[in-house]
Amino acid sequence: MAAPDSDSDEDLVSYGTGLELLEEGERPKKPIPLQDQTVRDEKGRYKRFHGAFSGGFSAGYFNTVGSKEGWAPSSFMSSRQNRADKSVFGPEDFMDEEDLSEFGIAPKAIVTTDDFASKTRDRIREKARQLAAATAPIPGATLLDDLITPAKLSVGFELLRKMGWKEGQGIGPRVKRKPRRQKLDPGIKIYGCALPPGGSEGSEDEDDDYLPENVTFAPKDVMPVDFTPKDNVHGLAYKGLDPHQALFGISEEPFNLFSGGPERTSSLLGDIGVNKGRKLGITGQAFGVGALEEEDDDIYATETLSKYDTVLKDEEPGDGLYGWTAPRQYQSQKDSEKDLRYIGKILDGFSLASKSLSSKKIYPPPELPRDYRPVHYFRPVVAATSENSHLLQVLSESAGKPVHDPGTHSRHLLNASKRGELLGETPIQGSATSVLEFLSQKDKERIKEMKQATDLKAAQLKARRLAQNASSSRPQPSSPDVGHSSWHMALSGGTATTRASNFKPFAQDPEKQKRYEEYLINMKQGQKDALERCLDPSMTEWERGRERDEFAQAARLYVSSHSTLSCRFTHAKEEDDSHQVEVPRDQENDVNDKQSAVKMKMFGKLTRDTFEWHPDKLLCKRFNVPDPYPDSTLVGLPRVKRDKYSVFNFLTLPETASLPTTQASSEKVPQPQGPEKSRKPSRWDTSKQEKKEDSISEFLSLARSKVGPKQESSPLVNKEGDHVKESLSNKLVNKGEDSQAEEEGSRPPIDLFKAIFASSSEEKSSSSEDEQGDSEDEQEGPGEADVKSSQEANLVETSAAHTGEPAPQEPVTSILVQKLQIDEREEFGPRLPPVFCPNARQKLEAPQKEAPQKEKHKKNKEKHKTKKEHRRRKEKKKKHRKHKHKGKQKNKKSEKSSSSESTDSSDSQSDEEGTADMSPQELLRRLKRLPLRRQ
Amino acid sequence: MAFPEPKPRGPELPQKRLKTLDCRQGAVRAVRFNVDGNYCLTCGSDKTLKLWNPLRGTLLRTYSGHGYEVLDAAGSFDNSNLCSGGGDKAVVLWDVASGQVVRKFRGHAGKVNTVQFNEEATVILSGSIDSTIRCWDCRSRRPEPVQKLDEARDGVSSVKVSDHEVLAGSVDGRVRRYDLRMGQLFSDYVGSPITCTCFSRDGQCTLVSSLDSTLRLLDKDTGELLGEYTGHKNQKYKLDCCLSERDTHVVSCSEDGKVFFWDLVEGALALALPVGPGVVQSLAYHPTEPCLLTAMGGSVQCWREEAYEAESGTG
Repeated sequence: MAAPDSDSDEDLVSYGTGLELLEEGERPKKPIPLQDQTVRDEKGRYKRFHGAFSGGFSAGYFNTVGSKEGWAPSSFMSSRQNRADKSVFGPEDFMDEEDLSEFGIAPKAIVTTDDFASKTRDRIREKARQLAAATAPIPGATLLDDLITPAKLSVGFELLRKMGWKEGQGIGPRVKRKPRRQKLDPGIKIYGCALPPGGSEGSEDEDDDYLPENVTFAPKDVMPVDFTPKDNVHGLAYKGLDPHQALFGISEEPFNLFSGGPERTSSLLGDIGVNKGRKLGITGQAFGVGALEEEDDDIYATETLSKYDTVLKDEEPGDGLYGWTAPRQYQSQKDSEKDLRYIGKILDGFSLASKSLSSKKIYPPPELPRDYRPVHYFRPVVAATSENSHLLQVLSESAGKPVHDPGTHSRHLLNASKRGELLGETPIQGSATSVLEFLSQKDKERIKEMKQATDLKAAQLKARRLAQNASSSRPQPSSPDVGHSSWHMALSGGTATTRASNFKPFAQDPEKQKRYEEYLINMKQGQKDALERCLDPSMTEWERGRERDEFAQAARLYVSSHSTLSCRFTHAKEEDDSHQVEVPRDQENDVNDKQSAVKMKMFGKLTRDTFEWHPDKLLCKRFNVPDPYPDSTLVGLPRVKRDKYSVFNFLTLPETASLPTTQASSEKVPQPQGPEKSRKPSRWDTSKQEKKEDSISEFLSLARSKVGPKQESSPLVNKEGDHVKESLSNKLVNKGEDSQAEEEGSRPPIDLFKAIFASSSEEKSSSSEDEQGDSEDEQEGPGEADVKSSQEANLVETSAAHTGEPAPQEPVTSILVQKLQIDEREEFGPRLPPVFCPNARQKLEAPQKEAPQKEKHKKNKEKHKTKKEHRRRKEKKKKHRKHKHKGKQKNKKSEKSSSSESTDSSDSQSDEEGTADMSPQELLRRLKRLPLRRQ
Repeated sequence: MAFPEPKPRGPELPQKRLKTLDCRQGAVRAVRFNVDGNYCLTCGSDKTLKLWNPLRGTLLRTYSGHGYEVLDAAGSFDNSNLCSGGGDKAVVLWDVASGQVVRKFRGHAGKVNTVQFNEEATVILSGSIDSTIRCWDCRSRRPEPVQKLDEARDGVSSVKVSDHEVLAGSVDGRVRRYDLRMGQLFSDYVGSPITCTCFSRDGQCTLVSSLDSTLRLLDKDTGELLGEYTGHKNQKYKLDCCLSERDTHVVSCSEDGKVFFWDLVEGALALALPVGPGVVQSLAYHPTEPCLLTAMGGSVQCWREEAYEAESGTG
């Protein structure tokens, strides 16, 4: 046996009692399931309880008349020796054993039969016997029968008789006088169930009359009053089923003081000996009265209120219910001035009114005219305008309303401009609602001309075409009112203009855009030559043809995308900020650096991520652990909303905890002023800004989290970074200001461009970043060397966002990269090379140039190594082109950040490449130098 | 009669084959001790779960009701219930005595690799190939889990539960420890797909075995590496590992048919116990005594220390 481990035994905690050890081969006993716990009789049959109160019996075999064998007939068997005996079935043959037992229907127990019963009571039989004796051959032969009296009384009877008791008497010592029965006081009211009406009072009185002095009487045979307290919840005097009654049919209640005459006086020992014939039946208040039972007395002893007096007064000869049949003197006693018209009973407390109500006069309903049709129609509502004011007036007059002065009554119908007119103001230009009001006078005139031509033509066309141009409000062709015609155009071409205002595919060329809008309007009006009309006559034929195609395509594209798609989609019920997705706030960091840490067996901080995790409340409960976040409702890892289109979601950047907004705003890059501000916000712009902040804050938080104890260095970092960013952005803005300004005004929303150029832009934006980067490189290619071109590149970027350049994300990434570069170069010295970046080797040139500076950096920023390393890993994930790009950005930045002399591109590249030289071994070496605790 | 305190004997390793149980239930996917080590459960690939007395070698009961092979099982602290999970994506709660299925929890999208009761057998935690751990409530009749821990990026191969922690190893190479009391999740990167994790009995360390044929002992609080144990072979299969009854040795299955014992502190190989020709698929260590169960193929072996002798001689 093993040595008992005392210590480990102590550790174990045992609950409850163990299972009993089973003997070998023994099967564990099954407990009897509930459905098997049944009541059976001695023959194993189920006992059934039919009628829960009556103690019913189960009949036959499983409640059928059959048997286990079914209706098997008794097989006939007969032979010479064994003759088939004639079988006569009695009722007993069909009875169960229970029926023959003592309490069954046909008990077979020995009972005293009538032959041996006492003859004293059986007069009829006695008479018959006397008759028989008289007619018998031997007279008096029945004498013997009389002499022999069978003992049918019980021993108790015998004993009582020996003591002098006689039937019908009570038990107890004889009394001198009958105890006077307490009379029921008539003044006493009886509440609750009334006692059974008894007629025994009279007999009592008669008994009391005759009272000889020297005679003692046996006590009356009464049941003593039961003083047992009522301890059940039944009603007063409720009696449940008396089994005695039910079984033996004795209907007389033992406790019946008053009922029944003297001949029916109930006796304690009663008529047990008297064979009254068994009357099987169930009586009792609980069951009502059976169909064969006549007695109907007081089953539902109801109380009526009329049994009680309600007022204290002398007894009236009646109950007041006489009415007009009341005796005369009774009537006269009553109110003499009683109105004889009223023949009902007057309720107590009420009296007949002395004054009769004046009868209401009833007017017959008016007679309907013969041709009346019960249909209502509503009067037409006419809006109050100048044209139909007289109509309104007529209508209101016909409606019976007072006529209002149209100038005063329609105050609420006036809009702001009309009110202004009334006040004599000049219409505000800025409040124009129609695009057409922006048109120059010349254009308006042109439009008007076209409008007139249109109307002339339209007059020749079918009226159906023009149905939408309300003919009543149609302006006269000769009308010179420009505003009116423009209003009309806006009305008739409403959808087209609204469309056009939303959708400006030719926004760069305002003239063209206007022509396009005209084209749309004309199209809307169903003019076939709409295109030709709106084209610029000064254009060449080739230009016209091209424009025609463009217009047609743009219109088709827009209409189809709008109408065919809109019928398939519905609006979102709740406002979803579509450029946000929920992502876990904390994600496990990049695996690469962990892998290297694992390789070096540097487990611990490098390989561990710690997150806030919210267990479910119920889980905490089940684990008997207090909820660590009792106030939070979220479960699992906390989630945050992120830009859906943010590159950060696709790059494996370190997802550090998103900073609180205050922190983010404090480190916010000052936004460019001037034109940037006046610009209409597009969602790309906002996301760009957000991302800027996002990236910065992320880096900052990363720096903080990674630096850990060396916290004091990070404010410096932040400050420097901010400074650099500020200067950068300011410069960027200043340079870009003038050229941007002109573009801002007519910049359409990006969605429309997406609608038109959807196919190409989707492709591009979803394609790999390399492509974008490359294209950007190409764009910026010539501008790499000098400041001016770099500014232009910035312009290209910004204008790209405005004019719907296919890669709207690109500026964002480039700016991000810029920031990366800034941070790294300024604070952390040269970057470490990407370990697995093959392209880095190709650009190797002049690595020694930056070497001393690198060394210095290394010394100074030793503590930032981990950060650097981390970031480098991150960037390695981005493609090679990023590095190229970064080099350029760095260039720009270095020039801007007042490094005064124009460092050429090879310089910065060499800087980058010098760090890229670093081998993994070097990296590991540095990592090892980190002050990490190892076991 | 003052005897001197008996000198604490050095820990003995179970190396005497005491019994071999032919389970007759296909391949034995897992073998597990019950809470006090008197009985064991074997999970068969023929959809059955069997309860044995390993020392006597008697089969006590067969639990059938799974729709596919049973991959893991656990017993409750009071021996009244069992839970098991299998290839049918279901987690089943059994009544020990009657052998009936008490509850069947469905919801996993893949095979259930591992199941575990919590300390009071009120929650079953099941790790599945669908990269989630689901916490099933045994108390209520809720059909859905109390909580779904879906932080793993790949299948969950091992789940262990302490009184307030859930330790989970995943094929994505991370060991995650959910601390309910602190409300934090600690994720330790190991790199190689993790086959088995377990707490040390003192609750201070976690033992992690991964498919790079390495066992690592990590500090629970900091995640630092305390020891590394190599020499066995574990490159393909989900093999079990554990600590001996007094945390003196690290025990692991191996694909070369042996069970390896390392000294926990020194990290030196203490014993390579040859079990048989195949792969030792699963093992279980007695909670208090030097008794080891190994599963190879369709049979289960029971090992005791050399000095052990059967109590009554009947074996």
